[in-house]
Amino acid sequence: MKFNLNLPKGPIERIQGKCISLIGDDIDTDRIIPARFLKCVDFNSLGDSVFADDRNNSNIVHPFDLEKNQEASILIVNSNFGCGSSREHAPQALMRWGIRAIIGESFAEIFYSNCIAIGIPCFTLTKDSVKHIQDKSQNYDLFFEINIQKALAKNSEFTLSLNLKESSRQMFLNGEWDATTTLLNNIELIKEKIDQLPYVNF
Amino acid sequence: MSKDTLFDKVWDLHKVADLPGGSSQILIGLHLIHEVTSPQAFGALRDKNLRVRFPSRTVATVDHIVPTDNQSRPFKDNLAEQMIDTLEKNCQYNQIKFFNIGSGNQGIVHVVAPELGLTQPGMTIACGDSHTSTHGAFGSIAFGIGTSQVRDVLASQTLIMNKLKVRKILCKEKLSAGVFAKDLVLHIINKLGVKAGVGFAYEFTGPAVSALSMEERMTICNMSIEGGARCGYVNPDAKTFNYIKGKEFAPSEENWSKAVNWWKSLVSDDKAVYDDLIEIDASKVEPTVTWGITPGQSIGINERIPELSDIDNADKSIAGEAYEYMGFNPGQKIKGIPIDVCFIGSCTNGRLSDLQIAAKIVRHNKVAPNIKAFVVPGSEKVAKEAKSEGLDKIFKESGFQWREPGCSMCLAMNSDKLIGDQISASSSNRNFKGRQGSPNGRTLLMSPAMVAAAAITGKVSDAREFLKQ
Repeated sequence: MKFNLNLPKGPIERIQGKCISLIGDDIDTDRIIPARFLKCVDFNSLGDSVFADDRNNSNIVHPFDLEKNQEASILIVNSNFGCGSSREHAPQALMRWGIRAIIGESFAEIFYSNCIAIGIPCFTLTKDSVKHIQDKSQNYDLFFEINIQKALAKNSEFTLSLNLKESSRQMFLNGEWDATTTLLNNIELIKEKIDQLPYVNF
Repeated sequence: MSKDTLFDKVWDLHKVADLPGGSSQILIGLHLIHEVTSPQAFGALRDKNLRVRFPSRTVATVDHIVPTDNQSRPFKDNLAEQMIDTLEKNCQYNQIKFFNIGSGNQGIVHVVAPELGLTQPGMTIACGDSHTSTHGAFGSIAFGIGTSQVRDVLASQTLIMNKLKVRKILCKEKLSAGVFAKDLVLHIINKLGVKAGVGFAYEFTGPAVSALSMEERMTICNMSIEGGARCGYVNPDAKTFNYIKGKEFAPSEENWSKAVNWWKSLVSDDKAVYDDLIEIDASKVEPTVTWGITPGQSIGINERIPELSDIDNADKSIAGEAYEYMGFNPGQKIKGIPIDVCFIGSCTNGRLSDLQIAAKIVRHNKVAPNIKAFVVPGSEKVAKEAKSEGLDKIFKESGFQWREPGCSMCLAMNSDKLIGDQISASSSNRNFKGRQGSPNGRTLLMSPAMVAAAAITGKVSDAREFLKQ
């Protein structure tokens, strides 16, 4: 369990940190957090269990166990990351391990919206660019400063242009990724809408 | 951009507001909750000092963690007991309707809502479970959400969403005898891939889909998410209306014709515009079995596990992982692979018609030696109806265990788990690494008929050989 865990809060403009690469397509949420760890009524202890089975079964040291990755906060993944179960426990486990942003070829849809809802930006890049930074981060310590407004990942060596959905970008910048208040601002419209729905009165 | 599809019509009807950046605030007509993904949402509401705003639009049941052998309380598993207890308290405190064990209406949430008539055409339905897509079988727009979104629905009955594109999947011809909805959906996922559906709603249509029963349509829509599509649906028709009629939460007698007329108006127009169209020849679909670690890695029963050279470049790395994890060789026949455990159940295939077809196969047969075979009905209602037809006896006489309703070994959150590298023949929906409770357990997905045939022979078999008899 990591100490001094500052979870995302309010507007998020930039994320600085070290990269950790996890190679493989179609990494599903059962692998990110196996179902037995879902037996809980809060998310607090999930950070320790992230990739529990992959880490135990791996013939080589799993990236999440490598000493050099322990302070990493930017996860670099391949395609269809987070497919399968809608369990928010998966991004929660990653976040509680220390991940604050994810860069990948593509993300499964529910996983993506869960990440946004807890303040973890997910950026996409081409397959070649992902491979390039995965190779680099495996060979030496790769740091990025990500600017959300510009969707740029920078370090002293190079600058990468990332893709970020416009709606997600705005939610991070104004803090509305924590959406409840925004949604409740329209409560009168919501009530009106419910009253108009034919099936409510069937 | 799609236009005049059922998806477009239902989306427009439920749109509360456009939000900056192109997303929308969407009203959720029916919110379903269960014990695994709701406790933290209720906790977050308390932290934010908010209440459940429209409690009559949320319905709860308990399914993921329930034991299927002994359901007496307190559960033997303390954590499971804590979860059901938390749900009970949250529902009671917030005045949410809860179908608890023993109510006669408990079961897997995606089995329960349709059988009670809660699921209706034209609704938006959300639940903290990816298989919420099941409800699309009725012409609703239904999708899985995470816990923070469960919190938002509890607090506001709305969600922030980006509008999906719509892909029409036209299933031509008809399925041949002994080939089922599960085979069709596995075939579709294989053809399109497990990520093709990202950003899309899938509209399943065509003669092969029209010919399916409501329960079969639920099987198809259920697995939309395995093809990457958060939501899948079938346009409602007379079968849909007949299924709903008379159910506990169906429209009342006096509102019935009004409801049916409204439902009919939601069907995708003949001239509707789609973002994509795919055609599938359903008559070519064979009984289908997965051989790998994603639901897209499947083949017909008489095919061989593909060689790496036959696999698209983009799928080669996951195929390599699959050969290694499964311990299968490229070129190996799937038929005849020995099985250890047979599981019939889940929100994909745990309904009455699934148990009926499996019972037809196991009747007067015995489960092969050393096979653990068990049936977990999808709900208390399914269990009751199956018992009234004597299906429980047929299964028990053949050597199957007959269990209490729940999600069970689909995701193995209770004590039903694979051990070591056991291979299961499973009527569920996911063959991910470790999915069925053992970190190196192996899952072969197939239809309930195929699971039944595998139980009798002890190996992957062609169910059609039993159905001919």
